[in-house]
Amino acid sequence: MGHPPVHDGPTIAVSDLRMRYGDKDVLKGLDLTVQPGGVTALLGPNGAGKTTTIEILEGFRGRSGGDVQVLGVDPAAGGEAWRAKLGVVLQEWRDNGKWKVRDAVTHFADYYRPYADPYGPDELLELVGLAEQAGQRIRTLSGGQRRRLDVALGIIGKPELLFLDEPTTGFDPHARREFHELIHRLTDLDGTTILLTTHDLDEAEKLAERILILAGGRIIADGSPDQLARAASTTAEVKWVQDGALQIHPTDDATDFVRKLLATDDGAVTELEIHRASLEDAYLELVARFEAGDADTAVDTFQEATR
Amino acid sequence: MSGSTTLHEYRTGWKRAVIETKVSLTSIGDLMGFIMPTAIAIVVLLFMQRADFEGAPVSLGSMNMPSLIGMNVVFGGIIGMVGALAMDRTNGTLLRAKSMPGGMTGYLVGHLVSTAMFISVTAIALLAVGLPLFDGLEFGTPDRWMVFIAVLAMGIVATLPIGAVLGALLDNPKNMGLVMFPIMGMVAISGIFYPITALPGWLQGIGQVFPMYWMGLGMRHALLPDSMAAVEIGGEWRTLTMFAVLALWAVVSMALAPRLLRRMSRRESGSAVAARRADMQRDW
Repeated sequence: MGHPPVHDGPTIAVSDLRMRYGDKDVLKGLDLTVQPGGVTALLGPNGAGKTTTIEILEGFRGRSGGDVQVLGVDPAAGGEAWRAKLGVVLQEWRDNGKWKVRDAVTHFADYYRPYADPYGPDELLELVGLAEQAGQRIRTLSGGQRRRLDVALGIIGKPELLFLDEPTTGFDPHARREFHELIHRLTDLDGTTILLTTHDLDEAEKLAERILILAGGRIIADGSPDQLARAASTTAEVKWVQDGALQIHPTDDATDFVRKLLATDDGAVTELEIHRASLEDAYLELVARFEAGDADTAVDTFQEATR
Repeated sequence: MSGSTTLHEYRTGWKRAVIETKVSLTSIGDLMGFIMPTAIAIVVLLFMQRADFEGAPVSLGSMNMPSLIGMNVVFGGIIGMVGALAMDRTNGTLLRAKSMPGGMTGYLVGHLVSTAMFISVTAIALLAVGLPLFDGLEFGTPDRWMVFIAVLAMGIVATLPIGAVLGALLDNPKNMGLVMFPIMGMVAISGIFYPITALPGWLQGIGQVFPMYWMGLGMRHALLPDSMAAVEIGGEWRTLTMFAVLALWAVVSMALAPRLLRRMSRRESGSAVAARRADMQRDW
């Protein structure tokens, strides 16, 4: 959008990021690089540290250790000019509820004027689909409209980098679809890098070109939705019954395994099944184990499945 | 940061103040928050017009009308700032400000100015209602206008930073009582609804520490006949002392406010807002 990138190199560069609350390690050496452009999703179960990570990147939270550069600047030392290049959309904003929509977008654009050429109110409200609500008080907007206003205020200064933290939490399917369309529209505008967090794999697959899975305080998988899906489905589970007992065997080459199995069984194998894991299976298992309080095993199993 | 950027932030804050004031004056909730208690107070004062205090030349009701204006300035300044800072931390207004370049400066300037505007509008409204309703008030000459404006301005300058300090310290709207109750207590010992001289000496001493007493005194000075000074402590208006005490409060709280506000801003984050909100929902 408006700003020519003034720094060379990645939009986000994080190495060995650590965060400790009391005696609890939330982030244990997180490494992450995001190049300019495109949508990256930070996916993980609730409580995995997504919000902590994004708040450190936004400069809203200090960190316990590690190097962080956002647009070439350490967020802990980011000044107002740096802040002007970021857009932030939080989970649940209810601010300025008594204001009219148009007053808000007109006023907040002012803050960016020393640094950029912000959106005019009409153009911006048109872009996020709120032109008809311009005269309404903010608190009368529906949940989906409110979040679209938050996005409008996030992109108002034509940021180089836009953060979206769990943007569709609490949405009905219709509002969700509309919001996804809005994000697709934003990615067509040139040059804004988007980092979004979500706990929903489906949302990450729909919106992002690259998915980073955060669990156990680290990035445990990184790739395009396609790459992750293929990695997850290479491992297959072969099940059969032999001599009255159920047998289960995981294998990377199901075809070869079954060929050998049937060649030597003398007709004893029945009820043969080959189950190929999907990314969804692998992710749901990760979440289930994570929620059962078994974070380390969850991570191990997932990494084994998607190796 | 360059000078022109800072100037821009102040100017943006000013625009915010205009929007906030417009919003306040057109929101039923905000207006009723002022009108309801004030209307009740005025009705009480109207009944007090039938009572005299030790043969003073104006009724007790007329005597207390200026005090009510003074009290309203202190209330508006402190509660206005504290309430807004607490609410704005829960609903994310403060975090929004933090997420924008120069947003925090704009927010604070906007809030100080809009609270000052709201106090001024309500003080003038009280004056406009009080003058015709209460006998014996004097507001016909420029010297009285000057005193009124000077006391009003001094009161705003003293109480807004006090409100900012308390608001920065108070993390959660559910703790508003920690500020409300002491201020109620201050009203009781500041001679607002009855002359302070009727209180025991040690309570008079405590009352005179806080700005509430001096704002009431200043407004009485501006609006009551000079002979009414006889009812006050020492039998005079103590104009210089009044301005000096208010100025001292202003200086002390202005020295503390920036540091506390910076600390407040530094601690603000999305999860802090979410935690505060969850905390409120659990209790209510």
